[in-house]
Amino acid sequence: MTDFIKRKERIDRGIKACTDDIYCLSSLREIAYLLIPRLLPVLVVALLLLLLPLYWKKVMLIALIMAIMAMSWDFMTSCGLVSLGQALFFAIGAYFSGSLNHYVGLPLCISIPVATVGGGLLSTALIFPALRLRGMYFSMVTLIIPLMLMRVIEATKILGGTEGMSAISAFPGVWSSIGVGTIAAVATLVFLRRLVCSDYGLVFIAMKDNDNAVEASGFNTLWFKVQAIFIGSALCSFCGAFMTHYHMSVGMSAFALDLSIFPLAASIVGGIGTLTGAFLGAMILGPLSEAVRAFGSFRVVTYSALLLFFVVAVPEGIFPYLKRKYEQTERWS
Amino acid sequence: MPVGDEESTAMITYGLVNSVVLALIALGFSITFGISRVANFAYGGIYILSGVIGWFFLVKLGFPYPLAATVSVASAGLLGALIYRFLLQRLRGLELSEVISTFALGLIILETLRTMGVMGFDYRLPPFSRGSVEILGTYVSVQRLVIIASGAILLILLHLFVHNTKIGLAFRGVAQDDHTAFTVGINPDKISMLSLALGSMVCSVAALLILPLGTISVDAGYDILLKALAVCIVGGLESTTGIVLASFIIGYTEVFTAMYISSSLTIVVPLFCMLAILLVRPSGLFGKHKELEERI
Repeated sequence: MTDFIKRKERIDRGIKACTDDIYCLSSLREIAYLLIPRLLPVLVVALLLLLLPLYWKKVMLIALIMAIMAMSWDFMTSCGLVSLGQALFFAIGAYFSGSLNHYVGLPLCISIPVATVGGGLLSTALIFPALRLRGMYFSMVTLIIPLMLMRVIEATKILGGTEGMSAISAFPGVWSSIGVGTIAAVATLVFLRRLVCSDYGLVFIAMKDNDNAVEASGFNTLWFKVQAIFIGSALCSFCGAFMTHYHMSVGMSAFALDLSIFPLAASIVGGIGTLTGAFLGAMILGPLSEAVRAFGSFRVVTYSALLLFFVVAVPEGIFPYLKRKYEQTERWS
Repeated sequence: MPVGDEESTAMITYGLVNSVVLALIALGFSITFGISRVANFAYGGIYILSGVIGWFFLVKLGFPYPLAATVSVASAGLLGALIYRFLLQRLRGLELSEVISTFALGLIILETLRTMGVMGFDYRLPPFSRGSVEILGTYVSVQRLVIIASGAILLILLHLFVHNTKIGLAFRGVAQDDHTAFTVGINPDKISMLSLALGSMVCSVAALLILPLGTISVDAGYDILLKALAVCIVGGLESTTGIVLASFIIGYTEVFTAMYISSSLTIVVPLFCMLAILLVRPSGLFGKHKELEERI
């Protein structure tokens, strides 16, 4: 009977026989093998942004900004900090740059960077009490904070209350916003991927697997968690600040649950812990959510259904699947 | 009677009602978590869904109240069991997947109900009685008294169930250590499934009791989840005593804030209670259980 049971055998392509980051390149073909998957997405995004009609260009731009949020979520999850309230960081950045521009009158080229760093610091300070929690306890607290803060703004009418702030200065043109957004998204992807591979980033990844072991190795896990939250939330704050200036207004919708769900859904569809997967997922879900926009709140149902399907049926996600197909040959044996 | 006394009796009564409401909301979440370590983020969805089911049978089809309530509670229990059997059982041990899948499911339920147009004045459960009773100079509606009484009865019944029946013993066994429970012939999967069903049923009872105070709205589903989480985090997730104490603390603080500071600030109270307790005692008031291992 056993003769009939066939097994799929997976063999790494020759070039992968070396370590993960040191390659022995001996031909143009091998260089191309390594470069194509790295350059192709950048080229595709650039080409799409050049060729699509204006409406879809804007959709792509928003997808790219959401990709930054997704990568930041993915990074924080890789550090063992599963957040269900990424909207909090987004909103803090959005309100930060909004108030700098609205009340103080700073121009956009100052308010966005200041909001990125300041929003990161503020978010870190706000999340700090929860940082001693692990696993789902941390998720619970991050889920609560943005929704409660939304109520606080609604009730106390600070920062423009329910109506928010409007008349915020816009980007000088479509191309400047597209340029800033695209460069930021690609830079985030490269930066986070390099960070995670570095010795410094290794501590973050180790915290997810076993933070007691990290603590025992002489690293202060609380301090590293603070740094991870700062990096993640500063990225989200940038997205918030960018969108504030892009829409020329900021309101309570910055706290909306959509913004917490989207990064999660994108990372899970793309593949958790790969960063590129999060980027890919956002590129898939962004246009998709635009297509179902007409259905209103049904949009959230679509994300959630996709999320549920991928968590249960395809837990590895799209990117690891593609990667495996690219790096390994398979045969039945 | 001086005015101050009247105010303070009003505060005591309303605080009591508010606290029992909070305890009822948090109870189902904490039962499920305490037994099977599943954080049921679909809680708000189940709450509103069972309210809608109750409303559908009671108002639309004109069933008598006990029958409609039974249908609602039973379907919530069934839903909980199905969630465990077909969703969580596959994901057991993957904490991230558990959280995300229940959260996604809750969103699906709530947002589907929103798309179907559950909102507004039509969607309201009738209270048991529209009358009100005067207690020490303040008027309290009968519905609120029913809530207090049922909350107390539910707590006692659950305590008796967990401490005096064989299934209750199995519950406690799995809560302590599911591997050991397995070796003595308790099926942890079955018990976890029952715990999810029980949690959902308690949630449904809470919905049927509390929803008549207002209309059924989807946004309340999110509020419920937030309040349940806040109470559980302050009280310590595994401890029923902690839940009751925490809901009294938050409940009375809310009422106090509403009466003496500003009613718009009530919503901030749970958030600040939670952050404060996290800074001082990350495991909550009574959550001593496995403090070092799991939470910090």
